[in-house]
Amino acid sequence: MKMAKCVVWDLDDTLWRGTLSAGDDVVPRDGIVDLVRTLDSRGILQSVASKNNHDDALRRLTELGLAEYFLYPQVNWNSKSSSVTEIQKRLNIGFDTIMFVDDQPFERDEVSFVHPDVETVDAADHLTLATLPRLSPAVVTEDAARRREMYLQDQARGDAELGYQGPQEEFLRGLDMVFTIARAADGDLPRLEELTERTNQLNSTGIQYSYDHLERLSRDPGHDLWVCELTDRYGSYGKIGMALVEKHADRWVINLLLMSCRTVSKGVGTVLLSFLLRRAADEGTRLFARFRRTDRNRQMLLTYQLANFRVVEQDGSDYLYENDLSVRPEFPDYIQVDSDA
Amino acid sequence: MANTGVTDVPASIRGYLRANMTAFADVEFSDEDNIFEQGFVSSMFAMQLLHYIESTFDVEVPDDGITLKNFSSVSRMADLVARLRTATGD
Repeated sequence: MKMAKCVVWDLDDTLWRGTLSAGDDVVPRDGIVDLVRTLDSRGILQSVASKNNHDDALRRLTELGLAEYFLYPQVNWNSKSSSVTEIQKRLNIGFDTIMFVDDQPFERDEVSFVHPDVETVDAADHLTLATLPRLSPAVVTEDAARRREMYLQDQARGDAELGYQGPQEEFLRGLDMVFTIARAADGDLPRLEELTERTNQLNSTGIQYSYDHLERLSRDPGHDLWVCELTDRYGSYGKIGMALVEKHADRWVINLLLMSCRTVSKGVGTVLLSFLLRRAADEGTRLFARFRRTDRNRQMLLTYQLANFRVVEQDGSDYLYENDLSVRPEFPDYIQVDSDA
Repeated sequence: MANTGVTDVPASIRGYLRANMTAFADVEFSDEDNIFEQGFVSSMFAMQLLHYIESTFDVEVPDDGITLKNFSSVSRMADLVARLRTATGD
């Protein structure tokens, strides 16, 4: 089963004891506060799906010092499944990475019925959550520990964007984005391993790479392992992309190209690919790319094919692309691209 | 189904480009002009454009239809839509 990215909490008799709308003086159930903090420190996102008065519930969460831990809390009288859908859309993650905790069997069943990929957990079992393998990443990277903060920055960007009228390109220009491309250092490797596990949409193959494998590749003169970071005026998105290039005398093969789904709306998906195209052209080598079609990576297929990569071999869902390098791509003018190479 | 919707496909695509790409807001461009003059467009915008075409004209573009050539101009996109509509039996 995939690692979980987000835990969605019910409130009444799940996160806290009692029913807020019945006038109970609700307090967190035993161990909940520690559990919420523990999951947060592991880089697991958390949200709320509760049938309650929105303002009352948020006020109580704030009084309890817990409000800051929950992204896009859904407190309304709609079905829990629709609240889960809203959270899934806002966070842009797969349903199969969401866990839903509720004390009511009806609510768990309703969510399971609409979203069979969401794992539901009985609130009575909440103390076991911290020990579940899906919620226990082996390594907590620096990016993971800051994950909630980075989503909060995204929320601020989203609010600014909603208030903006006009082409999105103009809005992006105002973000002062800087995209940095560097060779992967040892300290980047845990994050790169994590990116290969967590990234589905902008991922050219979906193949996961272990730390040891990445370490060997980063030291191998026959490979280039690139890592990218994106920052803007709201802060850093962290290390959000990578590329693995296998180098032969007369040709390079992009074995893996991926970008975090948090950057999809920022128009940076093509920047790393442009960088590799320009480098290959400068080097005078042919450029190939491996692609494995999954049910999630249509956007990466589009990124390659509209960058003039053409299929030269196909074996089922495995493609080999070649780019004839006849066009030298420019970087979008709203992003400053820095590279140490 | 689809043919109850938009009939002037080129005009619709032209309007979408004009509204969503700064470069086309104030300039004249013909249906034959290559809109990806640099051979490259952000994948985000291309994805939006693909979504626009599929939802507006009720077609699904297969993987091998997603090519630079098919998306290079308003008229080529309109041709793509026409081919896909024919293929689905409209």
